[in-house]
Amino acid sequence: MSDLFSKPAAKPVSNVPEFSVTELSFELKRTVEGAFSHVRVRGEISGFKRAASGHMYMALKDADAVMDAICWKGNASRLAVQPEDGLEVVATGKLTTYPGRSKYQIVIETMEMAGEGALLKLLEERKKKLAAEGLFDPDRKKEIPYLPEVIGIVTSPTGAVIRDILHRLQDRFPRHVLLWPVVVQGDGAAEKIAAAIDGFNQVREGGDVPRPDLLIVARGGGSLEDLWSFNEEVVVRATAASDIPVISAVGHETDTTLIDFASDRRAPTPTGAAEMAVPVRVDLLATVKDFERRLLSAQSRSLDMKTRHLEGLSRGLPKPDALLQNVTQRLDDVADKLDIGWRSRLQISQHKLDQLSGRLRSPAQLLDSKADKLSSMNQRLIQATKALQSRKSDRFEAMRLGDRLDQSFERLQEKQKSRLDQLAIRLENLSHKKVLERGFAVIQRPDGSLLSSVKAVEAGETVQVQFADGHADAVLGVGSFTQAMEAVRQPDVKKRKKKEKPVEAIEEIETSKKAKKKDTTDDRQDSLF
Amino acid sequence: MSETQEKQPISNMSFETALRELETIVTGLESGDIPLEMSIASYERGTELKKHCEEKLSEARLRVEKISLNPDGSASATEMQLD
Repeated sequence: MSDLFSKPAAKPVSNVPEFSVTELSFELKRTVEGAFSHVRVRGEISGFKRAASGHMYMALKDADAVMDAICWKGNASRLAVQPEDGLEVVATGKLTTYPGRSKYQIVIETMEMAGEGALLKLLEERKKKLAAEGLFDPDRKKEIPYLPEVIGIVTSPTGAVIRDILHRLQDRFPRHVLLWPVVVQGDGAAEKIAAAIDGFNQVREGGDVPRPDLLIVARGGGSLEDLWSFNEEVVVRATAASDIPVISAVGHETDTTLIDFASDRRAPTPTGAAEMAVPVRVDLLATVKDFERRLLSAQSRSLDMKTRHLEGLSRGLPKPDALLQNVTQRLDDVADKLDIGWRSRLQISQHKLDQLSGRLRSPAQLLDSKADKLSSMNQRLIQATKALQSRKSDRFEAMRLGDRLDQSFERLQEKQKSRLDQLAIRLENLSHKKVLERGFAVIQRPDGSLLSSVKAVEAGETVQVQFADGHADAVLGVGSFTQAMEAVRQPDVKKRKKKEKPVEAIEEIETSKKAKKKDTTDDRQDSLF
Repeated sequence: MSETQEKQPISNMSFETALRELETIVTGLESGDIPLEMSIASYERGTELKKHCEEKLSEARLRVEKISLNPDGSASATEMQLD
């Protein structure tokens, strides 16, 4: 940086034009002030003096050069750093000359701590800016794979760092390592580092080069300036953009670079990065063995437990017989009861039925009994009848009524018969027919009554004249024949016989009366008999 | 969870996934809450996972390759010996 200032000093002065001192001085002033209107200069403060006017005067120096510096009152009060001799600062301002004294100086506008302090401030500002972009957001952090297959390392191929990492990997868990060699400080280092990170992300799966599943960006310890490449934006941005998880391991534990904020994990040292990258294989083997053992024992214990449980349960499980015994007994009991009940019920019913059927006579029986009764009654009747009969018969016999009846009946019969004969003879003798045979006739009215008296005769009366061998009609006491004819239209035969018969009619009546009397007596006798 | 994992072939599983499932299985079996049939299946799977884990652990050899860029900008790797 000091050569910056040697340049104007070495500016060749042409001998051709001739300037006055003033001209030259002002030309120089213009040139200097034009070229260095805003510069940052780093140096140690010496000869610091605060004038009564409030302006501050000092010199900035380094090993080989010194430069006057002035800070006007207005700016002096605003300085962040209080100037003091020996303090290394970075001053910002413009160069100016003072022709009266052939001097140049820097007019300080701002001042800050130089060295690490200045870098740290720069770092802080850059960090703020990048953080504002979200590059350091915690939710951007990717998880480091538990056991990466391929590890990509971005570091110098020479030196302790790569060896440390590889040794630690070998100790813990040997892996496939891809080294992307880079320079880790100086010009172009940051760009190369960023390109390496990008390059690993460009590697496609299944290509000649296996795609790493973890990146380690590492550098050994050094000064802040040495590590500065890892503070460069390009590196930070590449790290933040990496799809592959990145472990940063730059410097020592106390060193912090911006890549550490962008990376997914920050390792204090390169060795630490290797430890983060892989687990310890033997530990894992032990873990797996332990799991295996636990798996076995858990399975067998589980089986044992289940077996015991099963056994316990099966012990607790009553025997099917026992389970059934109670029920069977109850069943038997109930069945017995049912049987008994059924039987007894049947018996009761049977008994009842017997009783009832005992009481129920069959019609035949009923008939038989009735028949018996009847026959016995009949018997009794017969006996009684017989007894009565015999009694009657005895009595009849005893009284000889039969014989007596027969005898008296015969006697009576004979008597009656002789009387009847007599009467028959007398009747025959008295019969009007006999009289009629002797020439008498009987005159009867049409109603059958006998006309026995002339006094009873009415003129013109029609009568029947009974003869022994027949009868003829006649009209009695007729005034005129014509009248008679009108009264009764009768043939002439009857008219002729009329006058001759009244006497005989009387006779006839008497005889018939007598005959009738006889008849009635005969009848009376018959009925009596 | 175990059902979805069972669909994943063990050979494709990462060591960590396999180890985690193995641990889950072991813990589950140790708890004794798993039904018998499932416990047998779990045990078998656990054994396979264990085998897979051991394979992953056995194939451990440090191999270091150095990346160099070809003229076309693609990367190639060459075996590198450490001094």
